[in-house]
Amino acid sequence: MNQSHRLPAGGRIDRSRSLSFTFDGARYSGHPGDTLASALIANGVHLVGRSFKYHRPRGILTAGSEEPNALIQLGLGNRTEPNIRATQIELYDGLVAASQNRFPSLEFDLGAVNDTLSPLIPAGFYYKTFMWPQRGWMTYERAIRRMAGLGRAPDGPDPDRYEYRHAHCDVLVAGGGAAGLAAALAAGRAGARVIIADEQAEMGGWLLSEGETEISAKPAVDWVGKAVTELAGMENVTLLRRTTAFGYYDQNWLGLVERVTDHLGPYAADHLPRQRLWQVRAKQVVLATGAIERPLVFAQNDRPGIMLAASLRSYIARYGARPGKALVVFTNNDSGYRTALVAHQAGIGVTAIIDTRMGAVGPLPQAARAAGLRIYEGHAIIATSGRLRVDGVRLGKLAASGDRIEGSGFGISCDLVAMSGGWNPNVSLFSQSRGKLDFRAEDGVFVPGQSFQPLRSAGTCNGVLSTAECLAEGLAAGAEAAREAGFANRKPAGLKVTEPECPAAAPFWLAPPEKPLARAKCFVDFQNDVTAADLKLAVREGFQSVEHVKRYTTTGMGTDQGRTSNVNALAIVSATLGQDIPAVGTTTFRPPYTPTSFGAIAGRNIGALFDPVRRTPIHDWHAAHGAKFENVGQWVRAWYYPKPGEDMHAAVNREVKAARTGVGILDASTLGKIEVKGPDAAEFLNRVYTNSWLKLGIGKARYGLMLGEDGMVRDDGVTVRLGEDRFLMSTTTGNAATVMTSLEDYLQTEWPELKVYLTSVTEQYATLTINGPKSRELLAALTDDIDTGNEAFPHMSLREGNVAGVPARVIRISFTGELSYEINVRASQGKAVWEALMKAGEPFGITPYGTEAMHVLRAEKGFIIVGQETDGSMTPGDLGMDWIVSKVKPDFVGKRSLARSDTVREGRKQLVGLLTEDRKEVLEEGAHVVETVLDKPPMAMLGHVTSSYYSPNLERSIALAVLKGGRSLIGKTLSVPMPDKVIRVTVTEPVFFDPKGERANG
Amino acid sequence: MRRYSIFALARNALGYHEGWERAWRSPEPKPDYDAIIVGGGGHGLATAYYLAKEHGLTNIAVLEKGWLGGGNTGRNTTIVRSNYLWDESAALYEHSLKIWEGLSQELNYNVMFSQRGVMNLAHNLHDLRELKRRAHANRLNGIDCDFLSREQVGEYCPLINLSPDIRHPVLGATLQRRGGVARHDAVAWGFARAADARGVDIIQNCEVTGIMREGGRVTGVETSRGTIRAKKIGLVTAGHSSVLAGMAGIRLPVESHPLQALVSEPVKPILDTVVMSNTVHAYVSQSDKGEMVIGAGIDPYVSYSQRGGFNVVQDTLHAIVEMFPMFSRLRMLRQWGGIVDTCPDASPILSKTPIEGLYINCGWGTGGFKATPGSGHVFAHTIARDEPHTLNAPFSLERFTTGRLVDEHGAAAVAH
Amino acid sequence: MLTIPCPWCGERDVHEFRSGGEAHLKRERRADALSDAEWADFLFLRANPKGEHAERWYHVHGCRRWFNAVRNTHTDTILAVYKPGEAKPEAAQ
Repeated sequence: MNQSHRLPAGGRIDRSRSLSFTFDGARYSGHPGDTLASALIANGVHLVGRSFKYHRPRGILTAGSEEPNALIQLGLGNRTEPNIRATQIELYDGLVAASQNRFPSLEFDLGAVNDTLSPLIPAGFYYKTFMWPQRGWMTYERAIRRMAGLGRAPDGPDPDRYEYRHAHCDVLVAGGGAAGLAAALAAGRAGARVIIADEQAEMGGWLLSEGETEISAKPAVDWVGKAVTELAGMENVTLLRRTTAFGYYDQNWLGLVERVTDHLGPYAADHLPRQRLWQVRAKQVVLATGAIERPLVFAQNDRPGIMLAASLRSYIARYGARPGKALVVFTNNDSGYRTALVAHQAGIGVTAIIDTRMGAVGPLPQAARAAGLRIYEGHAIIATSGRLRVDGVRLGKLAASGDRIEGSGFGISCDLVAMSGGWNPNVSLFSQSRGKLDFRAEDGVFVPGQSFQPLRSAGTCNGVLSTAECLAEGLAAGAEAAREAGFANRKPAGLKVTEPECPAAAPFWLAPPEKPLARAKCFVDFQNDVTAADLKLAVREGFQSVEHVKRYTTTGMGTDQGRTSNVNALAIVSATLGQDIPAVGTTTFRPPYTPTSFGAIAGRNIGALFDPVRRTPIHDWHAAHGAKFENVGQWVRAWYYPKPGEDMHAAVNREVKAARTGVGILDASTLGKIEVKGPDAAEFLNRVYTNSWLKLGIGKARYGLMLGEDGMVRDDGVTVRLGEDRFLMSTTTGNAATVMTSLEDYLQTEWPELKVYLTSVTEQYATLTINGPKSRELLAALTDDIDTGNEAFPHMSLREGNVAGVPARVIRISFTGELSYEINVRASQGKAVWEALMKAGEPFGITPYGTEAMHVLRAEKGFIIVGQETDGSMTPGDLGMDWIVSKVKPDFVGKRSLARSDTVREGRKQLVGLLTEDRKEVLEEGAHVVETVLDKPPMAMLGHVTSSYYSPNLERSIALAVLKGGRSLIGKTLSVPMPDKVIRVTVTEPVFFDPKGERANG
Repeated sequence: MRRYSIFALARNALGYHEGWERAWRSPEPKPDYDAIIVGGGGHGLATAYYLAKEHGLTNIAVLEKGWLGGGNTGRNTTIVRSNYLWDESAALYEHSLKIWEGLSQELNYNVMFSQRGVMNLAHNLHDLRELKRRAHANRLNGIDCDFLSREQVGEYCPLINLSPDIRHPVLGATLQRRGGVARHDAVAWGFARAADARGVDIIQNCEVTGIMREGGRVTGVETSRGTIRAKKIGLVTAGHSSVLAGMAGIRLPVESHPLQALVSEPVKPILDTVVMSNTVHAYVSQSDKGEMVIGAGIDPYVSYSQRGGFNVVQDTLHAIVEMFPMFSRLRMLRQWGGIVDTCPDASPILSKTPIEGLYINCGWGTGGFKATPGSGHVFAHTIARDEPHTLNAPFSLERFTTGRLVDEHGAAAVAH
Repeated sequence: MLTIPCPWCGERDVHEFRSGGEAHLKRERRADALSDAEWADFLFLRANPKGEHAERWYHVHGCRRWFNAVRNTHTDTILAVYKPGEAKPEAAQ
């Protein structure tokens, strides 16, 4: 199509180049500098969407980010994006756009039946019906969900990249219009580090649309150009275009999202991130976020072709488009006349100016009169017509009270209506910052009041209207912000501005419709189809708080967050209640300012970078030898090492057998390791573990149990005494950091008198455990300075020496009940020592075993795993580990809690063993044990299976469980009811193998 | 109360909807009530409703400092389920779930309880063990709970990234099919309307500033609208429980934390169930309007500001995009915070207090919404009979002294 | 997002820190003498005020030291920070 509605000249578009795009499959063209909205208008397209509830035809209402109607499905496939405002889409060649929320087509939408049904479905109707039958809602809901929603989510993963930038600055300026540019200039000239962000492609804001305005005797856009050039030339200033300051959080932390490549099209810039999230901490903030024109609420004010007056000016002046041929302006203030004059000069027929006021005397009304434009004073639109586009309005004479029409109405044909209800300062970010809003009654607007962060507002967001005031406020705010941030400067010189005079006017909230209000469709919230009648209904039903009205009617809950509707809604509610607007309240503006993509917020912290991966120094060896891995917290641990043809069961059985008959080797490097040093180290351990540590000899090792102050088991591990004042503590893999934090806490805050220092050395050492009857021979083969004899190097002791030629700490301890040595070497040497052990172990049939075999081995011995046998509700006594709780120490962490009435009561859960009747039957971990199986639930449970494995050494299954009064049940037969069967089990002691513990000492 | 129905809608449509009556009255507070419920959220309104309906107490008032349902009732992510680990919790939440199933009819108000299923994902062997434990316990407690394999997860919710190569691959899930979501505001409004119809005075914009006592028992409250006397007082002020209890000189085992949530812009139906993950740490469902409703954990510090750090939002969206890579191009529409009372054992307090006639309902942490009707039901019993219902007896304040906690941290490791 | 002035390192973003809850809780080393209720008070009961809150912070991704702060929990404004063992500053009142 040939841009039939393009004006012959003018606008900030590059007419030398054409861009081709499609909308709903039809091909159109536009120019660089166009938005999708302006290009559509230039092609005569006004109908761009269907509304949320009634599926009414909707057009382009605005020229900015406040657009409620023109929501577009942009792009295709994995790159498609729903609900993008056509007013914010910069045109690029090949752009593919589609309308939303219609079926089968935009022109003919079956969903429009809702419009016919609208008398039946007022605000909140769904709370009053769809209740029969009881389960019926699921059916109704399916249909409702299909009708609701707007665009479509992408089909597959996002192919694009996003990134973060962190920044600090002295002055952040949000908004690059007249006030924002002036503020940035003033602050930048003072030497402050300035970031100025504007959501549009071009800085300048409304100045780009105001051909009549002159600054310093030159067109306003020239000043914009100069200002941007000057700012770009300052090293201390960062200019961010296409960047929305979307969130104002505590302590002047703001989130900005920069759309880096969206304007280039989907595949244009693979080397760049699609969007960039700026996380800015600013010393001072200047809000220059502008103002949003207020629609007038009148009957059927939603038809395509009805738009905001200043936006129409923007389409004419900035984009060189001609949105229609016959314009009706409906206004309550002088800026409507300004639009009429601009349109008139652009050759658009101005059919009528309808002013709710009588006798407007400003220069603009006078100019309109002088231009011979037809003006209806004291009139209002009372109805409109046109199915897919407005084709006429009906107007009537307002009674002096303004709330009814005198006499009968009459019609005027048109294809375009521009409405202006005044200007609402855009106070979203100010409100997000916790700022309090003040109500200004004379023109019915909320302006920034008390603020609670170092910020100032300037320009139209602060309630002024003229460019002159915007520039003056901007300069002053920028200078002041810089001064507050520590940059002395002089008061900036003012700028001379020539502009049309558009003073604020008294608000006009609701034009009385010709039909009864309930049928008149006076829309307040265009996107969510909320009418004035809906608001009054809500009030009538007792929803009188603003928040209730919002939630009941959904006004302001759309993707535009009610940017064009909130104040109108509030005013109509107030009028209905007969209260002042401030008494009824305001609504809360929540972040983000405009919708912000999840991708930008998530940044790079997804996929491989979602969570750090911790690998042991020997990881590559495990991988090269076919290990299967499991995640344990952030660690990746070797789970088992299947040989070709082996399943997990076979591999684990082989590993377990080897560790009891020959020698197995386990990578235990993930265990937490904390060096505890200082003259009071032993006393410290004595306080944090349940058992006694003062007399542990140097070179000796001891197992310890750590409790929370609530007496529940939190961690366990073996600690060795390296010297008089030096210990090496080990913790469980998962709890290392938590234990470290907790120990530091006690040391620094509870017992500062103790001279103890803690250092985490988890990653400094590789821990290689060799295990099994041949482990001593293996160790002996690799060391020449450690006497490995049973007496010379007894169980629970430490020797330092060389293993495989590198310095090592060897601790003889056992988590399997076998003879076992834990060899600690420098992390960097871990893999070499592992390989040396593998080589030297060949004659003994050395077998690497993973965490699964380790679990089987320890379960055979009834050794607990914290987090598996414990769940934060188990005391040492519950685990049968009273032997490790000192009766004589006056204090240790958790001691007092062990004497509470619940911790000493009978019938607590206790650790026991379970043996199934069928030796091959392996219980499911997590299965529950009952005394009596009932036909159907509920049935009383005794407890659950915590660990369960097949033990190849015992040639049968074994399980650990925690059962109420468990120890008293030993010998009894109980049941484990599974979904498909009941498994009979006998309760036993929780030690299945070598109950006397002779093997580890052998 | 005039009943709502499709016929009532049709009838009123003819009268331009001028004929609808108020959903609840707006009475002036009386000087004296038999019982006062402080807090006009879902739990408080439900308590008042059941006091009137089941215990014949109609000279009662609900005092709300702002607007009904303006606290956590109107700020939560609306998940309803009962698949808790311990018998005590399972019984309480299941009691609630059963009421949910008939609540719209009970209240003659569509609370849009959508039993679309709640899935809890397992990402490692530990998760699997814990979720199986919970599933078995639920089954034997008579609570529906299926265990899904990885493949079954994919069939039930094809959007979830099931690649085995991701950082925390999905290994399986529990599914409570009777779980789902509901319309949060409607719960408050439905209970308010039904309680009002039974004579309960619902008084908004009435802030309690003091709790009056004489000889170890309560006698009334000081409010921003004057003194109101009452024989019994129930505190149901989630978020501000410590503040209110403090007016009666009671210290609670509760800390108040910000909990944040967010929604995306609405899109056509794509996600038909509720997905929760402890390990990847987020949860999501799609509202009837089409928005993805998303939440995760609490901010870690005590705060009454109803604001949290953006870093928590970022962490939440890392998790969501990781689980649902096609959501990356959806856009966050709104983000907000509430204040939740957290208890040391992640279980609530529904209890008498050391002061006669004073009762407290708090400590629901991140999971109170699902309990709304059941909580109100048993709390009404506790107030009316001056003794706990068997279902809330385990949730007394005394448990913190005896040590008999109901530790549901596993179930609540991700806020919901 | 808050910034917290660590008394050793200076002002840092909140995510470098871990919150440690209420400060100045007295852990009795001879707790045997306490009743269950007194012990429960230490273990579980918290002031949880809406307003000025003396609380503990741990600079876990920094100097790894604990310290105390007084923060208004209603506005999240930090009124003072001080080192363990020091009394709550009067300035914060």
